[in-house]
This record gives sequence, structure tokens and C-alpha cells, in this order.
Amino acid sequence: MKYLALIYSAQDAGPQPNTPEFGQLMGGYQAAGKKYAEDGVMLAGEALQPVETATSIRIRDGKAELMDGPFAETKEQLGGFYLFECDTLDDAIKYAKMIPTAEYGTVEVRPIMSFD
Amino acid sequence: MRSAPDAVHTAIDYTLRQDRGRLIAALTAAIGDFGLAEECLQDAIEVALEKWPDSGIPKSRRGWLLQVARRKALDRFRRAKNLKEKSAQIAVLEQAEADAPADTHDIPDHRLRLIFTCCHPALDEKSRVALTLRTLGGLTTEEIAHAYLDKPATMGQRLARARRKISKAGIPFEIPDGEALEERINSVLSVIYLIFNEGYAASSGAAPIRIDLCEEAIFLARLMLRLCPDVPETAGLLALILLTHARRKARYLNGAYVPLDQQDRRLWDRKRITEAQAILEKAMKRGQVGACQLQAAIAALHCETKHTEDTDWPQIVALYRLMEQIAPNDIVRLNMAVAVSYAQGAEPALELLEPIAESLKNYQPYFAAKADILRRAGRDQEAIQAYGYALDLTAADGDKAFLKQRLEQMAQKDT
Repeated sequence: MKYLALIYSAQDAGPQPNTPEFGQLMGGYQAAGKKYAEDGVMLAGEALQPVETATSIRIRDGKAELMDGPFAETKEQLGGFYLFECDTLDDAIKYAKMIPTAEYGTVEVRPIMSFD
Repeated sequence: MRSAPDAVHTAIDYTLRQDRGRLIAALTAAIGDFGLAEECLQDAIEVALEKWPDSGIPKSRRGWLLQVARRKALDRFRRAKNLKEKSAQIAVLEQAEADAPADTHDIPDHRLRLIFTCCHPALDEKSRVALTLRTLGGLTTEEIAHAYLDKPATMGQRLARARRKISKAGIPFEIPDGEALEERINSVLSVIYLIFNEGYAASSGAAPIRIDLCEEAIFLARLMLRLCPDVPETAGLLALILLTHARRKARYLNGAYVPLDQQDRRLWDRKRITEAQAILEKAMKRGQVGACQLQAAIAALHCETKHTEDTDWPQIVALYRLMEQIAPNDIVRLNMAVAVSYAQGAEPALELLEPIAESLKNYQPYFAAKADILRRAGRDQEAIQAYGYALDLTAADGDKAFLKQRLEQMAQKDT
């Protein structure tokens, strides 16, 4: 099965850039990435630009409405994702637990729908 | 060979009560899908309702149901659009069909795997409880709804949602390995303990007679111990709930709660106490102490003594200290303070209560315990105040009756 791990965190939470803690965080991502590669479970994984760069699109009455930023003002924002190929939810959880942001943010694991 | 429809219903109900867990587990193992296993068993039950009145009730009812359910699964797979992907499961089912004549074979026991699925921490806690009662306990949806004062339709939706999550999210049907095992066993044990506690709470108050969740929990704990004999905490849980349940007849007198030190110990169930002591002793010999075993050991010390005055309070305090080390929390500290009040007096006990006062300020047992410690120390005014707080936080009728009695006794003493 495929699982998407969505990484959420508040912008002011966790280590900020140019601090030793931030270096550790990046090291944590590197270590996780290495393990994913070794085990051959990662199909994709990316970090996203901050939410200020987002553009939301709605089509209403056939007309596209563009909005600066996301619709909902939530504290925790989507900051990145991994796409895993795993046999079970337990395996997906095992790999999702290695995402360093889980220590101050939230990682949501969702199975990918298969249309068969 | 014909059987009356009533007899057929009774036979099916009885079989499901006894063997639902085994059947679902065996089917899930064969088909690889828990939700589908439920549906196929349901199909098989309908076939049985239709056929058994004419053909008679078969000798091995669960064997019959399993075989028909497997055939139903095969039919579904053969009709499926993605036939190729199902070919492995079709092969498993065809092999099972070839190997097993319906009336004779026994069913392999895969229930441990099923328990881990039903108690998976990715499911909401209430759903874990409901699913375990439904699947392993063989209760009907209506019975579970009734036990939890829920509408049957709401409970049905909860169960359906949980089964859907298991299927769609890929919650595995397997015994977890390595470091995950201990955590997952604890998740199972806590589900069983929650079921027991709900039954225990329901036996107070003016609640109508509900399905006996305490007995269900004992059944599940016994099953878990049989399937996991090498995990001492499993034995600890069974011992703990047996010991607690053994005192049930003495816990209420004329609808009012009776505290441990005033219970009529002749009403305690000696047979269960002896059984629990043996289970606990064997578990503790393994030297892997855990919270369930310690709580059971404390309960066992209470149950061993014929008279309240003979209770070994210093030993109980020592056990609570151990407990605070492995499972530090304020409820343990509260219980320890009560034990200290008996072992060493009110002053050191009240000192232990101070640091937890803030976090337990809405917890009824905190004020009930504090009031009792103060009352025994002769600090009546403070005790009356604490009983008042406790009463304000009490919902169950039996507990209210007890606290009112205490307040009246103290008021009489004053005049």
C-alpha cells in the first residue's frame, strides 16, 4: 500500500534557522532519508515553501478565483510530505515516527486510495 | 433431521457467542481482510438460518459456518474486477476447501492476531472497546450499545467506521514484533481494563441491569492469558480484575457504597481470590514487575486479611512506592497517601496530598480520601468541608448515599 505522511507544524514552533538545534533537525531529516533509501520505502518526499507563498484556487460559476494563501487560518501548516510504499499501517507509522518534525509538530499518515 | 426455527436461532446465537472470535480470526487469516471476513460470516449465518431448519443443525456448527463463509469469500473474489490481484487469496481458500471436510476439522486459533487488530492504537479508544466486545466477546451491537448507553444505530456506525479504517488504512492482522510488542500488549490490556471499569462503575448507581461487562472483561483477560502466557502483565491484569470483582457483593449495602475497611469480608468470593492469588504468584516469579501485577499484589494483600485491622499497610505503602517508580501519576500518589495514613498517620499522608491538590481538584476520590484521612485524625471541621467538596463532584447514587451518611454521622457527633 501507499501512504502519504503529511508534516504539519506551527511556523514559530521548533528550531529556527541559524541555530545549532536547526542543524540537528536537518541532520534528523538526513538520517531518516538514509533509512528510507536503505529500506526502499520512499517513493517521494519534499519540503514545501512557507505558506505565505501559497495560492489557493476556487472555480465558481466557471470562473477561477485566486486567493493569496490558504483558505483556513490554522496554526499548524503543511510543511512537507513523504510518500511511502509499505505493507501495513504499522510499517508506515514506523517510518513516519522517524520524521523529526513529529517532535514538535504533527505527522498525519493517510493511505492512498486505490481505484480497483 | 429437521430442526425447529427457534432451536436454529438458539444454536446460532450460542455458537456466535462462543466462537465468533475464532471464526472471524480464521476467516481473516484466510481472506486477509477483516471487514470482508465479517461480511462473509454474516452471509454464512443467513444461509444457516435458511437451511438448518430443513437439514438439521450440523454437528460442528462453527466448522459449517467457516466453510460456508469461505465459499462466500471465494464467490466474491471470483466476481471481483481485479481477479489477478486476488489470485493468491483464491488459492489459499481453494486449498482450505480441499483440505477440510466441514463437519470434522477444528479451527486454528488466530484470535491473538485479531485482538491486536481490534485494539490497535490507530483506532479511537471507544471503538477499540466496542470492536473487541463485538468481535472477541461475541456481544451483539445492541448489547454493546445498551452497555454503553448508546443508541444501537450509533454503535453500529462506530463499528462500521472502525472496520472500514482497518481495511482502508491497512491496520495489520498480525502479532507485532520486537519493541512494538510490549506497547501493543499494553494497549490490549488497557482495553480489557476499560471494559472492566465500565462494568464496575455501572454496578453502582441506580443503573438498570446491563450486560455484565465485568464478566466480559474476565473472559477476555483469561483469553489473553491463554494466548500470551509468557507476558506476566497479562496474568497481573487477570489477577487484578478477579480480586476487584471478588469484592463486588460487599461494595454496596442498601444502595450505599461501603468502603473497604467496613465491608463484610464474608461476602467476598473466596474461590476467585484463591484463583487470583495463584495466578499472581506464578506471574511475579518471573521477576518482570509491572503496574498490573503491583496493583493486583496490593488488592491481594487486602483480600488476604480477615479483619481490616490486620491489613499489612507498610507492605502496601512499599508496593505503591514501587508503582510510583514504574508508573508515576497522581492517582497512584493519592492511593499511596491513603495507605500512608493507615501505616504512619494523618500528618505524613496530608503532606503527600499537598503537591497533587491542584491537579486533582476536580477528582472526587481525592476529596473523599482527604475527608476520610481528616475524619480519622479527628479534624472534623476540615473533614466536613472535604466531604462537601466530594459530594459536589459525585454523580453515582451509591457514592452519594455513602457521603451523605458520613456527613450525617459527623453532624450527630458534633451535637
